[in-house]
Amino acid sequence: MKELMTGNEAIARGAYEHGVTVGVGYPGTPSTEILENFARYPGIKAQWAPNEKVALEVGMGASLAGARVLVTMKHVGVNVAADPLMTAAYTGVNGGLVLVSADDPGMHSSQNEQDNRFYARFARVPMFEPSDSQEALDMVGLALQVSEEFDLPVILRTTTRVAHSQSLVELKERNEVPLRPYRKNTKKWLMVPAFGRLRRQALEERLQKLKAYTETTPVNFISWGDRRVGVITSGISYQYVREVLPGASILKLGMTFPLPQGLIRQFAAGVERLLVVEELDPYIEEFVRGLGLEVTGKKIFPAWNEFTPGLVRRKLREAGIPVPSPGPGEGTAACPLGPGGEMEELPPVPGRPPVLCPGCPHRGVFYVLRKLKLLVTGDIGCYTLGGLPPLEGMDTCVCMGASIGMAHGCELADSSLARRTVAVIGDSTFFHSGITGLMHMVYNGGQGTVIILDNRTTAMTGHQEHPGTGKTLMGEPAPAVDLEALVRALGVGRVRVVDPLDIAGLTQAIQEEVAAGAPSVIVARRPCALLRRENRPPVRVDVEACTGCKTCLKLSCPAISVQDKQAAVDAIICTGCGLCVQVCKFGALKEGGENNG
Amino acid sequence: MAEVTGAALAPVDILMVGVGGQGIILASKILAYAARSAGYDIKVSEIHGMAQRGGSVVTQVRLGERVYSPLIPEGEAHIILAFEQLEALRWLEYVKGGGTIIVNSQIIYPVPVLAGMAQYPENIIAHLSRRAHTLVVDALGKALGCGNARAANVVLLGSLARRMPIPLSYWLSAIEDCVPARYLEVNRAAFQSGYAL
Repeated sequence: MKELMTGNEAIARGAYEHGVTVGVGYPGTPSTEILENFARYPGIKAQWAPNEKVALEVGMGASLAGARVLVTMKHVGVNVAADPLMTAAYTGVNGGLVLVSADDPGMHSSQNEQDNRFYARFARVPMFEPSDSQEALDMVGLALQVSEEFDLPVILRTTTRVAHSQSLVELKERNEVPLRPYRKNTKKWLMVPAFGRLRRQALEERLQKLKAYTETTPVNFISWGDRRVGVITSGISYQYVREVLPGASILKLGMTFPLPQGLIRQFAAGVERLLVVEELDPYIEEFVRGLGLEVTGKKIFPAWNEFTPGLVRRKLREAGIPVPSPGPGEGTAACPLGPGGEMEELPPVPGRPPVLCPGCPHRGVFYVLRKLKLLVTGDIGCYTLGGLPPLEGMDTCVCMGASIGMAHGCELADSSLARRTVAVIGDSTFFHSGITGLMHMVYNGGQGTVIILDNRTTAMTGHQEHPGTGKTLMGEPAPAVDLEALVRALGVGRVRVVDPLDIAGLTQAIQEEVAAGAPSVIVARRPCALLRRENRPPVRVDVEACTGCKTCLKLSCPAISVQDKQAAVDAIICTGCGLCVQVCKFGALKEGGENNG
Repeated sequence: MAEVTGAALAPVDILMVGVGGQGIILASKILAYAARSAGYDIKVSEIHGMAQRGGSVVTQVRLGERVYSPLIPEGEAHIILAFEQLEALRWLEYVKGGGTIIVNSQIIYPVPVLAGMAQYPENIIAHLSRRAHTLVVDALGKALGCGNARAANVVLLGSLARRMPIPLSYWLSAIEDCVPARYLEVNRAAFQSGYAL
């Protein structure tokens, strides 16, 4: 029986079946489950790296030593790994190396929606784009083969809807691939200028061969249909086009760098009107236009956000392209047809934004930061939610590790901000790229305060281990980084550990450190509420004492509500963390006692 | 594996909507397993990551002879299985004319409502009923009756199963495949109580 797998599970399976022995990456939605699944197969080694640059470097080393390698990251992770990537195109590989770039059009869980197809063109490395799980599995094998044959790392680019959609795949046995022996070859691997120039030229030669390959690869193919409209498409957009225009002629591109000039020309010559349907940037469209062909793409379709089949259908219709109706009963967003065909105004639907979980140890930190009216440079993780109303305890979020450098920059620009600014960063993010920012601040005489939210895990992406947790991806014990010793070694003299659920202690620590006039680190340490449920009894409300002042609501806790001037605590989801008990000025919220159940 | 009867399997598109933590992913897994036994091509799409933190969640399940897009176009879902009332309203425009909404009677206030910044709409069920055939299920109550409030998701799945062209036996073995042994009895009972509605 075929297995139902997400794109991510299928990539892991593909790596296993095609003899990959080393997998390494950094967690990031929508890529995380690839390595988590790969780690469960026998006879392989899988590792979380502290960041994507290290991950790719480890991958290059493993390839150098002859192994087949899988390196995984989200789209913005490739920015971090771009340095080794650009030169890996020069050196090439020994064992096949596939770099998965998991893009996130629509920004479901990301700070931007950059189109990483340009990385393939930028670095001049081959790229494949699957459109479902079976293709994802098969393309890992193809990419490894291309990597070894053309001596280049290969990008496998997915998007959220491929990574996190399940479809049926056929499983095969693992094909064991022996290590390719390493032979010293400095002209290939030692990229000093003289050798780099040689490899630069060799890169062009490899590209020429690839340009021939992409014309004949089985993953670039034409299915002829109605010749009035021809659509060039790739990735998940291919599935939308197949659904919306079942009869159209389609050029399906599974290999999107280098693009097949000859195949595109042949296709264009066979249709009356040429369209490109692609999410995000006009990557394929501009190439096609560069060939001197008349083509329509972003004139019809948006260059941002993710597509849906409904959007593709709407935009085609708006452009006057005949689109078959999906069948009887079709409604539209504007006027759905009810059983009796009624139409009426619907009431406004309040949003349900994600929030910090009940019992989340980050909540207290943001409550205090907001109260102290500090400028808070933030970072990437669950805790970024602390910047949203009503907590609003964070001013900025840009990229992994940015908080510390930005806090120091504020101080440089306006020295009066030195005592009003703090950087807030999670433990996994600090290991990823916060250490260098802190080193910079200390080295350059900064006086900033950094709060490390140490919840002992990579929470946002689903609780992955990291160098501070004392455990590896494979479940082996590991030495845990001593955060306090690490920051002291960087030259931070003022280091203290606080419990983020102790509002008074936290407030005092932040006030003292911000005023200290010396670089300082506050480690706000308590495990993620989802990792260790403490099962303290839920908070109870003294209805006599409650004035309905709504101060407790400023905690943005999903367990607390105030209705008819009366606070209420949802005993099912309350973890008894006690933050609201500390915040209530009237003693109306009380620690749950034994007789409170 | 299913007997393919020769007749093409008509497409069925199901939108499962609710709040992070309500067990939608398990419910969609059981549905997909049952559909696989019935010989369907299947695509399931869900969102992970930040959206999960107590936010609105949606899982799309598409069944048919051959399924291309993992996403259901607006106005084309045959069935919406809503784990919470407000979420049913939020996704209402996805249901096909003449379609079905199975809605849990449970209400979960989103933080903007808890914080007094927004109103939870009134008479949601009436709005749903005017647009589609609507079945209201007290899934929490039924699940508690079976011994575990956390089985509310499987109660709702039972009500869905009753309205799907997939034989009961496939559902029961799918539950066996997806639910840990120690929770099997509770979940079987929960499924049956939903199936009876």
